[in-house]
Amino acid sequence: MVEKSIGLKICTHLCLVIGIIILLLPIYFAWVASTHSVKDLLVAPIPLTPGHQFLHNYYTVLTQGSEGGGSDPVIFMLRNSLIMALGIALGKIIISMISAYAIVYFAFPFRKLFFWLIFSTLMLPVQVRIVPTFQVVASLNLLNTYSGLILPLIASATATFLFRQFFMTIPTELIDAAKMDGAGPMRFFVDVLLPLSKTNIAALFVIMFIYGWNQYLWPLVATTSDQMNTIVMGMQKLTLAVDQIPEWNLIMATAILALLPPVLVMLIMQRWFVKGLLEVEK
Amino acid sequence: MRKNVCFKSAYLPYLLVLPQIVITLLFFIWPALQAISESVVIQDPFGLYSRFVWFHNFVTLFTNTDYINSLIVTLIFSLAVTILSLVGGLFFAVLANRVTRGKRIYNALLILPYAVAPAIAGVLFRFLFDPAIGIFPYWLHYFHYTWNFTINSRQALFLIVIISAWQQVSYNFLFYLAGLQAIPRSLIESAALDGAGPFRRFWSIIFPLLSPTTFFLIVINMLYAFFDTFGIIQIVTQGGPANATQTLVYKIYQDGFMGLDFGGSAAQSVILMLVIIVLTIIQFKFFERSIEY
Repeated sequence: MVEKSIGLKICTHLCLVIGIIILLLPIYFAWVASTHSVKDLLVAPIPLTPGHQFLHNYYTVLTQGSEGGGSDPVIFMLRNSLIMALGIALGKIIISMISAYAIVYFAFPFRKLFFWLIFSTLMLPVQVRIVPTFQVVASLNLLNTYSGLILPLIASATATFLFRQFFMTIPTELIDAAKMDGAGPMRFFVDVLLPLSKTNIAALFVIMFIYGWNQYLWPLVATTSDQMNTIVMGMQKLTLAVDQIPEWNLIMATAILALLPPVLVMLIMQRWFVKGLLEVEK
Repeated sequence: MRKNVCFKSAYLPYLLVLPQIVITLLFFIWPALQAISESVVIQDPFGLYSRFVWFHNFVTLFTNTDYINSLIVTLIFSLAVTILSLVGGLFFAVLANRVTRGKRIYNALLILPYAVAPAIAGVLFRFLFDPAIGIFPYWLHYFHYTWNFTINSRQALFLIVIISAWQQVSYNFLFYLAGLQAIPRSLIESAALDGAGPFRRFWSIIFPLLSPTTFFLIVINMLYAFFDTFGIIQIVTQGGPANATQTLVYKIYQDGFMGLDFGGSAAQSVILMLVIIVLTIIQFKFFERSIEY
């Protein structure tokens, strides 16, 4: 029999709890700092427990950015991030799903070529094509637009593979039945495939939402106007301002606001997230 | 091989693949070709003058000590991140696999770092390790250890390794947990019956059975360390001090956008594309992510 002693059990839980505390320490300290006044964070040691400035700090960053101005209200950055994340997540899902549908259910010339083109995007993450992609987007006049933020990131080989894999498991009888009922290809897609793909869509949505929200390099180069700042890249203006004393309380409040949406989406949709992550990579 | 092909239409399939293909050509293939063509010419920052130079830009790169330094930094960095985050992920997975009570809560907390953007993780750790007010430097002070990653290159590299590994632990945890759950319980039980203790069972049965997962995760973690750590570096060290944390991707950005050296930057992009192509081929060859086209 495998050991089932109480001692081992307690030890396992203890190790997990200690490990998780260490793992989440950075988030805890960010939260603590975000509830103090800037004065409390000027000299070491910083406080280890939450203070009383929670409402004040979060109100300040949301409505005016930093205390002395110089930064934009975080609420606008949150809006931009939300638009970008949703645009990327939904865009990837839609274009991948319809192209996977075409590739699986139709025989047409150049199908293989299209498939390999989509496959090639797997090997071209935005980081390696950053300069020329910037040039393309600039020449299309898409800098400082939502389209410019979203479009260069929404081709997705992984999402296309996932849908393709899934469509291939759907029994042919279903198609025959649909055909018998006189359903055309689009009817079949909307009435049969779409409802069947719900879990896959949910799983991809969580992963792609996190991916989109957390983009940093691309928004950094594709936007120059402050109105287009996303929260993840807008952070750096606060952090990298060298000429002034860092307002760590406000920086940390912004950081908490920046990490909350993707964390919440992940926790709420945890089941789909795990499924998606494990399947996308297979 | 493909039984599902069944609808016929002259234009519909093209219409359906069109959005993805247009985006692929415009924002992926064209820029990639652009990088390749720019990598073999020298041009001034304003594009007024350009000259075809064969592989001159590549030769320049590999004789440039800065680039070699960046290459070495990237290798050390990605190896350290991979090892550290694999060990961390496996550690948590083995523990989490043993518990039944509170499983959901443990799992939820353990995957949390995955959802935090690299740049935000950078901010969080930058605060904890800030030489002036950070809590860790303050504690280290008791041990008479001076911490200042802004001037000490080893500490800077150490810090970005820690942050990157922190992010990846969640991912590795999930894959190891799935791997552990796929190991038949009867195997573990029969080993236990034969008198193998927990450590013996881990090293001679569980760990070898997890090796496909481990190999797969090594590739994924290398890819992560190479490409997805830009935000961390930009926020925490900006490649410094003295280029000690300047990874290859960070250098592309610096040379391209700060230095306006498009030829050199393009050559670096092409080299990284080769790296990622090799890693992707390994991934597909060895892990049977087979695409039967």
